[in-house]
Amino acid sequence: MPLDLNELIAAVSGPGRGGVVSFLGTVRDHHGGREVTALDYSAYEPMAEAVCAELVAESERRWPVKVALRHRLGDLAIGDVAVAIAVAGDHRDEAFAACRYVIEELKRRVPIWKRETYADGSVEWVGAEGGGRREEGGVALT
Amino acid sequence: MLPVMASRSPQAPAIRVQLFARYAELFGSAHVDLPPQGISTVADVLERLRALPGGDAIGSAALVAVNLQQVRPTAAVTVQDEIAILPPLAGG
Repeated sequence: MPLDLNELIAAVSGPGRGGVVSFLGTVRDHHGGREVTALDYSAYEPMAEAVCAELVAESERRWPVKVALRHRLGDLAIGDVAVAIAVAGDHRDEAFAACRYVIEELKRRVPIWKRETYADGSVEWVGAEGGGRREEGGVALT
Repeated sequence: MLPVMASRSPQAPAIRVQLFARYAELFGSAHVDLPPQGISTVADVLERLRALPGGDAIGSAALVAVNLQQVRPTAAVTVQDEIAILPPLAGG
């Protein structure tokens, strides 16, 4: 299901919240100089859910804001929204700060993994030790 | 199927380790069951896994979660815990 940013914004907005900030992370068509043709995300789902809930709670404790966060899993196409964050605060400063905090901590702490397929047919786990490259149909134990 | 998995029986509860992404691919399974003898910490689990076929790919960047929380190598583990070895994260 595509992510609907309007739904997230509606969930955090309120009459007292004059600053609304959003972030969308979309699927790029290139990585490290190579053309990306497809991508899939997988997760340790119970932990990913728990850590995302922690991030929302932490940011709402640290700043006077309301936060909504969604991340997609599975097969995504180039241009698809992979992650969406909406933050609403009384003023813009806290909304920007909290939004930045949530995306940075998500990348650092949420157990989600990304596997890219390149134009030459090779497949690679992004961020994996030793490059994580494997050829289609086989596993490289390097 | 890995030989270590075949050794699991109800009489001897194993330490079940969940694997994800590249690690699951390298082990050819979403989990590995380890005999609990000699395992008391996360570091022991990692040492045992690294000795298995494909296990040498578990590098120093591997993260470990016990009961959905990231923990240090010194953290204690028992057969009751949900243990997961996480490759470097790549969300967002």
